[in-house]
Amino acid sequence: MALKAAARAEADRLMAAFRDAGAVPVEADILQPAEVLLDLYGEDIRARAYVTADPLRGEMMLRPDFTVPVVQMHMSGGAEPARYCYFGEVFRKQEHLSARTSEYFQVGYEVFARDTPERADAEVFALFSGLLAPLGLRAVTGDLAILAAAVRGLKTLETRKAALLRHIWRPRRFTQLLDRFGGRAPVPESRARLLAALAAGGPQTAAPLIGLRSEAEIAARLAALAEDAAAPPISAEEVARLEDLLNLSAPCPAALAHLRETARDMPAIAPAVGRMDARLDALAARGIGVGTLDFEASHGRTTLEYYDGFVFSFLAADPDLPPVASGGRYDALTAVLGQGRSIPAVGGVIRPGLAADLAEAARC
Amino acid sequence: MLKLGVPSKGRLMEQTFDWFGARGVTLRRAGSVREYSGAVDGIAGLELVLLAAGEMPRELAAGRIHIGVTGSDLVREKLADWDRQVAALAPMGFGHADLVLAVPTAWVDVDTLDDLDAAAAAFRRAHGHRLRIATKYHRLVRDFLRANGVADYQLVDSQGATEGTVKNLTAEAVADITSSGETLRANHLKILADGLVHASQATLYAARAADWAPGPRSALEALSRRTGFTAPAL
Repeated sequence: MALKAAARAEADRLMAAFRDAGAVPVEADILQPAEVLLDLYGEDIRARAYVTADPLRGEMMLRPDFTVPVVQMHMSGGAEPARYCYFGEVFRKQEHLSARTSEYFQVGYEVFARDTPERADAEVFALFSGLLAPLGLRAVTGDLAILAAAVRGLKTLETRKAALLRHIWRPRRFTQLLDRFGGRAPVPESRARLLAALAAGGPQTAAPLIGLRSEAEIAARLAALAEDAAAPPISAEEVARLEDLLNLSAPCPAALAHLRETARDMPAIAPAVGRMDARLDALAARGIGVGTLDFEASHGRTTLEYYDGFVFSFLAADPDLPPVASGGRYDALTAVLGQGRSIPAVGGVIRPGLAADLAEAARC
Repeated sequence: MLKLGVPSKGRLMEQTFDWFGARGVTLRRAGSVREYSGAVDGIAGLELVLLAAGEMPRELAAGRIHIGVTGSDLVREKLADWDRQVAALAPMGFGHADLVLAVPTAWVDVDTLDDLDAAAAAFRRAHGHRLRIATKYHRLVRDFLRANGVADYQLVDSQGATEGTVKNLTAEAVADITSSGETLRANHLKILADGLVHASQATLYAARAADWAPGPRSALEALSRRTGFTAPAL
């Protein structure tokens, strides 16, 4: 791992480039309220972030990333459009013995802009690509908006689509749900018993109702289960198309052609595919060789992040190393943190320590 | 000397003494019943160290004892990457306890993790906060729920009387140790069909960080021949 001085020098270079690109440098507190991060990322963030107790402010976390505080700062009165850059330590607990560090620098660049999101996507990617070019990294892109559109376009119950959308970031659960909604997994034995009891007038229990979850909430879920049981499974054809989409991995032009083909049977994805097309044009206009740029439809599904559109990573050849840079579009996050307001946003971070290491190794 | 950590009191200590006794290694407390020191007969080079069972994972991880007896639940809860810090030598067949997820019996719509996940999503929409699960086994429960793709829950710490938290409105569900399920039933809670987080039992562990000089190493091999486990590479 690079000495902090070397990482800092690399960070200074990156920050200068981000400022030249029009970004305003911003700061964020190292101690962040835990509640906001927990509500956003769920309990898993506890395993990844250092939690500490403040006698007056309650549970606090050592900043696991900058995105949340930067979005909060922008939503509480930033001008539009806005470009921000930042530099500082982030802290991530390592639950496994490895060479990965639990404290490292991030340098980031975020764009908040309502117009031409494809051009903002291309701006961030091209900026990163140019800065990282000497390191010979492999770039991977994806687009979670296409996946979400494919799920929303399924001809099935809204409740099933909502359940699938909620688990796009948890591939294993997503697959289980798809198997069940597609009629490929057997109905669990206890569910079958419950459905039989429902058909016979409702399940009986002598147990007293304890806790906050009310009779009405239980009744609502029973009704949803009955509705789900009565609905036909998602057709095998639709499931196969969705799985084909999830497994799509190809250079961008071939991926786009395949997606256009898919959109004939899956018209719901056509607008998102159109945006991908526009993004590739915008990338090409900025000099990115899109012909060899990789596209993986499932890229970004396993991160702890909150991306919901274009996603990208820059990877070193060593698979044990974390991504040197990563980023993406997070329009929904601004709505969650914006208390009723939202703005399209895209950004990314670079690990200057890792970049400095790789640059050093390349020189040797 | 090979330092062997044994729980310092109660059933767990007695059963550990019995387990070693049945294999020709006599462990006993030295001096008065109040004195925390022990003696060993029947094998050379073994030193008995009496410790609170809850401290055993920490002492093993630090390598201050070579081997030790404690519940597998404690090791997995307290040690990150537990199997790279200790090696399980032998399950000992006592101290059985299951860490399980339980919800109110009146939740007729919830019987599996899949149900719990769906109920948690709806609960969060209705109540504005994540569904609370009371437990003292944070790591085990969180890893289990993550592996099974359950979301929209939060863990709330409960160091005792965990089964009462639902009635007291401080949690909606619990993850707790049970052997018969009797306490859960008495508190109107039921175990999820696929809610077994970990089946724990007393286990003999070796510390990877301990000083495995030839002396303790040969004592470990003598003990392994006597008790029938395979001494691992450490």
